[in-house]
Order: sequence, then structure tokens, then C-alpha cells
Amino acid sequence: MAARPRTQALSTADIVRQTLQGRRLDIGTIVFEGLLVLALAVTIGVLVTLLVEVFSDGVPVLAARGTDFLTTGLSSSPDRTGVAQGIMGSLLLMVFVIVLSFPIGVGAAVYLEEYARDTPVTRLVNTAIRNLAGVPAIVYGLLGVAIFVGALGGLTGGRTIISGGLTLAVLVLPIVIITTAEALRAVPMTIREAAFGVGATRWETVRSHVLPYAAPGIFTGTILSLARAFGETAPLIVVGAIAGTFRYSADNVVEQLRGPYTALPTIIYGFSRDPDAGFRADTAAAIIVLLVVLLAVNALAIVLRNRFERRW
Amino acid sequence: MAVSTGPGPRLTIGELRGNPARRRREAILRIAFASAAMLSIAISIGIVASLVGQAASFVFQVDPGALLERGWFPRRELFGIPTIVTGTFLVAGIGMLVATPLGLGAAIYLSEYASPRLRRTIKPILEILAGIPSVVLGYFALSFISPTLVDAVCPGQTNIFNMAAAGIAVGILITPLIASVAEDALYAVPSSMREASYGLGARKRTTSLRIVFPAAVSGIVAALILGMSRGIGETMVVAMAAGASGGSLFQINPCMPGQTMTAAMTALATGSDQVRGLAFPSLFFVGFLLFVMTLTLNLVADAFVRRVRTRY
Repeated sequence: MAARPRTQALSTADIVRQTLQGRRLDIGTIVFEGLLVLALAVTIGVLVTLLVEVFSDGVPVLAARGTDFLTTGLSSSPDRTGVAQGIMGSLLLMVFVIVLSFPIGVGAAVYLEEYARDTPVTRLVNTAIRNLAGVPAIVYGLLGVAIFVGALGGLTGGRTIISGGLTLAVLVLPIVIITTAEALRAVPMTIREAAFGVGATRWETVRSHVLPYAAPGIFTGTILSLARAFGETAPLIVVGAIAGTFRYSADNVVEQLRGPYTALPTIIYGFSRDPDAGFRADTAAAIIVLLVVLLAVNALAIVLRNRFERRW
Repeated sequence: MAVSTGPGPRLTIGELRGNPARRRREAILRIAFASAAMLSIAISIGIVASLVGQAASFVFQVDPGALLERGWFPRRELFGIPTIVTGTFLVAGIGMLVATPLGLGAAIYLSEYASPRLRRTIKPILEILAGIPSVVLGYFALSFISPTLVDAVCPGQTNIFNMAAAGIAVGILITPLIASVAEDALYAVPSSMREASYGLGARKRTTSLRIVFPAAVSGIVAALILGMSRGIGETMVVAMAAGASGGSLFQINPCMPGQTMTAAMTALATGSDQVRGLAFPSLFFVGFLLFVMTLTLNLVADAFVRRVRTRY
């Protein structure tokens, strides 16, 4: 091949090098990556806007009323109303969720992951649980009306906090089972085999080997499902949590279980529907109370996960 | 080698079976765990039974013509099912228009572009957004989306309650769900496929769009179907922001108030003490329709997810 004229600026090696390293300006790439970043930025921006909006509307109420807003009962006057009944109601509802869903949910997950063989019945149970987790919350409210308020009305007293608590417990049960089963599945088989090898029974293996290692995952999952139940509104409205004003029920817990009740998210719904414009700021203030509780609970779950998460 | 064959202490069959108390405890615990798992079947049956009974009694009693009226006024015995089904799909459709680009964009960015550190920061933010209760988004729809965004798009729009605002809020609600399911699917694509693409000289954008995206398409479709199912079942946002609390005429203009299935159920349930005649069972009929729709969508999504799992 004839020698290249010296005047040409680029040698073959230069061309190859440039092609391999070159960063040609590619409009398509810029547009595509820009759109991706935009999607993420909009999503996070929405969260920020939402928080700013709620806090700027609600903080003045909390600042002016202080703890008074948290300790007084509902009132038809926006300046005197408070969320005490809602906080009390929500806490009582959570007791039902913790006492019922957690042991039953963890037990069911232990059976499905540790005991059950792959039979048609097991597969049916698994399918049922997965689909229950996808049923809209309001349908659980109808279940509550038909079964806890209607069929079992003699035991629950009808539209009482007992019915509401049972409904929420049923609502989060599939979520507890699914998250617990995931945590159990993450424990390696060798841990179980070691226990069986020294003669442990299945329960002894589960209790002293599997559950301790799966505990952080189980706690995270159950705490998150508790947060889910805390914010749930629609099923409670259907089973009869009151969205309007009612008299502060007696201090006696037994009386509270039998009387009218409300929950924090139900109060938010009630406030937001009130035609009196003064309730708008109260709505935002109640939302702040709800979000603070939820963020605290979520932060606890994330801390637990990061602290105890282990890789095998 | 000497093998002892002498008459030493021998193990009996009873000793090999182990301690009877230990075995009894084992059996009791197995039954307890199994019954916890069976409870989920009982709940599924309970949901179906409580819906079907009342829904059937509604179908037998109602005048078929009333089901096709162009309007939903249960208290006047006008049950225009097309009205609320149209409203439901309109709101969920607007939600999908918002959530699909945001959710998929965020998913592709997180899976293909983000550094591990950025992923660890952004995923919790999306989880927080996913954990915000829908009452809060209902308030956000009324206080921010409707007066600012919708007012700018809908000319001469005066009603603060409208389906567009509800749809956008539903979209915000399902964005984290779509993002997380789609991201799981993209992340599960083996990196050998990406490396093969880079080896042929493809750009990152080409690899993401032409290799990874098609490989994960089953999971992405599943994410979109799950999002749609969630949007159809979403209750509080539409009950608060879409307007039309008591009843509504047939409406396909998103700038106007409309009625969805879930909002119609909430409206019926809030006044359920006063609801007489066919209005109460109509609540269960609508609930049954909603249950069947979301169950179908969830089953289809499940089939898509399983296709991804079997492939890799």
C-alpha cells in the first residue's frame, strides 16, 4: 500500500482510537436519559409538593392549638375540634391487628414454608393468599358488614370498634403471611439441615434456628402492614366508623368497645367533607398527625431492616 | 477390625420414635399452624359468600331496565351500572396515563442507570410515597391538583370536584407500585444479555430499550395490569375528589364530577342507616362486580409474572 500523504491529520490508528473512545453527541441518548431523570424527578417532586402543601396548611393549626388539638374530642366548630377520639380509636384498632393478624399470619407462613408439602391444597392456599392481597380494601369492608356486623352481630355488638378491628385484622392478614413467608424463604436450607442433623424436631428447628434468623424480616414486614392498617379508611367507613361528630364516649374501655367510634383517617375524611371552610386547615393538621405516626413507624421498619439485614 | 456383636443395650422401636410428649407437642403445633393457613381459605370463601348472597338478591329483585339507566341514583332506585363502570375506567385510565410514564421511567432509570448508592437513596423515597394513605392523596387532589393543574387544563372549569383531579391523584398513588414491580422485572434480566449487547457495540440506550425491556416485558405488563387493578379498586381519592357523592348522571367529560364504583359504595355506606330498599343490596352487587374485575386483572398479572420467573 502506498504511503499516506503526511498532510492528512489522522492516521489509521487515530481513527480507530477515536471510534472506540469517541463520545459522539447523540441526541437520542440525551433525550432518553433526560426523560428517565424527568420521570424520577417528577415522582419525587410530587412527594415533596404533597408534604409542603399539607404542612403549610396544617402547621398553623398545630402551632396555635398545640397539644389541645390532640387531646380534645370532635366538635362541630373548626376552632374547637380535636382528634383525640381518632387517636384512641386508631390505637385500639391496632391492638386488634397486632393480637389477631400477627400470630395467625406468622403461623400460617410457618406452615406454608416449613411444614407443608407441595400438594394441591397447599397450592390452593397459596393462590388464595396471593389473591386476597390484591382484593380492594373496600371489599373487605363489605365482608365486615356481612359477617362481623351482620352474622356475628351478637358477639361484636354490630357497628362497633370490635367489628372494625376484626375487619382490619382480616385485611392485613394476607400481607403479613406474604412478607413473613418471604423472610422465611431467605433463611438458607443449610441452617435447617444442621438442626435436623443433631436430632431437632421440626418445631425445634423452626423455633431456635429459622425464626431467629428470619425475625428482622418478619418484624419489618409486620410493622409495614401495621402502617398500612393505620392509614386504611375505606373499609372502616363501610363497617361503620363515624365520619361526623359524636359525643366523647366514656373513659371506660368496655364502653368504648361497644359505643360509636372513629379512627384518625376517618376523621380526616369527615373533616374534608365538612362544608365549613375552617375545617380545611384542621384536615391538614390531622393529616400531619397521621403522617408523623406513619413516618415514625416506617422509619422504625427501615432501621430494623438495615440493622439486622444479613447476606448469606 | 472388631465389630461388637455381643448382647449390649439395644434400641427399641419405641425409643427410636422418640419422647411421646415431644411428639405430641409436634403434632399439636403442626395442626395449629395448618389451621392458621386454612383460615385464608375461609376468608376467601367468606368474601365471596358475603358478596354473592346479597348481590344475587339484588339481581333477582331489581328491574333490569334500572341497571341500564343513564345515571346512578340508588336512592331513587336508578342503578345505572354503565355510569359507574365508565367513571371507574375513566379515573383509572387517567391514573394509568400519569403512572405509566412516571413508573416505567423511574424503573428503567433505577435498574439500568442508577449507581448502587443512588438506588439505595431513591428506593426508600418511593417506598414512602407508596406508604402514603389514600385519604392524604384525596386531600392533595382537592387542595392542590384540582385548583392548579386541572384548572389550567380544563377551560372554564369551576367545579373543584372532578374526575381529572381524582385520576391524577390515583396515578400518583399507583406510580410506586408500577415502578417497583417493573424494576424487579428489569433487574431480573441476566447481565450476560446486557454484556452481549455491549459486546456488539450497542449503546446503553439501545441495550435498555431493545434488549432489557423486551426481555422483561412480561413483568412490565404485569406491573401495568396490577396498577390498573389498584386504580380500579382505589376508594378514598375518588370518594373525596371526584364529586357526585349521592348520585351522578352519565358523564365522560373528565373535567366534570363523576361517579366510580368505589365512590358509589362509600356514599351508600356512609348513609347506610338511612339506606332502605334495594340500595343496600346494590352495595354488595357493585362490590361483587369490583371483586370480579380486580380478581381477573390480578390473575392475568400473576400469569405474566410467572412467565418471567420460568424463563430465567
